[in-house]
Amino acid sequence: MSDISVQDSSYEANMGDYFALLKPRVMSLVVFTALVGLLVAPLPVHPFIGFVSILCIAVGAGASGALNMWWDADIDRLMKRTATRPIPSGRVEPGEALGIGLALSGFAVVLLALATNFVAAFLLAFTIFFYAVVYSMFLKRSTPQNIVIGGAAGAFPPMIGWAVATGGVSIESILMFALTFMWTPPHFWALALFVKSDYGNAGVPMLTETHGRDATRRHVLIYTLLLVPVALGLGLTSIGGPIYMAVAVVMNAWFLKGAIDIYRRDDAACEADKHKVEIGVFKVSLYYLFAHFCALLLEAALRQYGLGGW
Amino acid sequence: MTFKVEHEVHGRRKNRNYGVLMLLIGFVAIVFGLTVVKVLQLGDARQFETFDHVARPQIEPQEGSE
Repeated sequence: MSDISVQDSSYEANMGDYFALLKPRVMSLVVFTALVGLLVAPLPVHPFIGFVSILCIAVGAGASGALNMWWDADIDRLMKRTATRPIPSGRVEPGEALGIGLALSGFAVVLLALATNFVAAFLLAFTIFFYAVVYSMFLKRSTPQNIVIGGAAGAFPPMIGWAVATGGVSIESILMFALTFMWTPPHFWALALFVKSDYGNAGVPMLTETHGRDATRRHVLIYTLLLVPVALGLGLTSIGGPIYMAVAVVMNAWFLKGAIDIYRRDDAACEADKHKVEIGVFKVSLYYLFAHFCALLLEAALRQYGLGGW
Repeated sequence: MTFKVEHEVHGRRKNRNYGVLMLLIGFVAIVFGLTVVKVLQLGDARQFETFDHVARPQIEPQEGSE
């Protein structure tokens, strides 16, 4: 604990400390994918209602982040990466995080229901429940597959965006969900292979530590293989098109090649080049998701001019 | 007697209090904006009056008026 600076009791939390509870970096991915889900939907949304919807989805995601930080404060304290978060560093009281998390969840869900429809609001409520309760409280500390099932929480936003516009769920939105859902495990495990983590100290099971690095490499390859048909399948739906398909083929080939490269390596090779391949694949995984959603957006934009789509 | 009693806690919490003020103003602006958009989307703004769940004969279209 000596390297953690604990604030003195006279410290007053400022807005920045509360904002940090909402995990702004996770929020940016949520905003982007939710916006794509909303914009590619076949029905137009009034810009102001669209703005409020995205804000509600972002605040809802942030609220679940605050609830996660409240629940995980004990283990966040033990890990270097998370020890500087508002609660473990003593800037925010745990009870404040709980209150903010619950209040913002309520506001976000109710406002989304009033501004748009109940399907979108239900999906947002379910996402918050899934991340704060199913992932944080049950999965995270009990199974090394935590990241697989927990990834669902990060995959819902495009589906919510779609529901904002259409008021329902369809094959397109399910495949957008599946794309992010299947992408999360190889993305995260590629990271786990080169980052020295201290999850073990906190008692959080991580595949690299419970089943070893070879098993993790195998998992990266298997999940990437499962991801490919989802990504290509999305291209065959009404929101896909030739541009999306071209992007998907290139990105999937690139990602798959990286996963195979990882699979063929062993620890000695990783140490020898300081995890060069794993770091490379992690970067590709970031481009991968970004490129797919940008391509969907491009197809939707071109559709207005009679181009794009099949 | 003075009404302005400054306590040092006011200074320490200034940032937080202004933050809450901004959030409240933002919330009011959003609710107002949503109301304007939703009412305008009704097309015929007279429909808005039917939301009070009371029969209003004066807003029903008169026979032969259109």
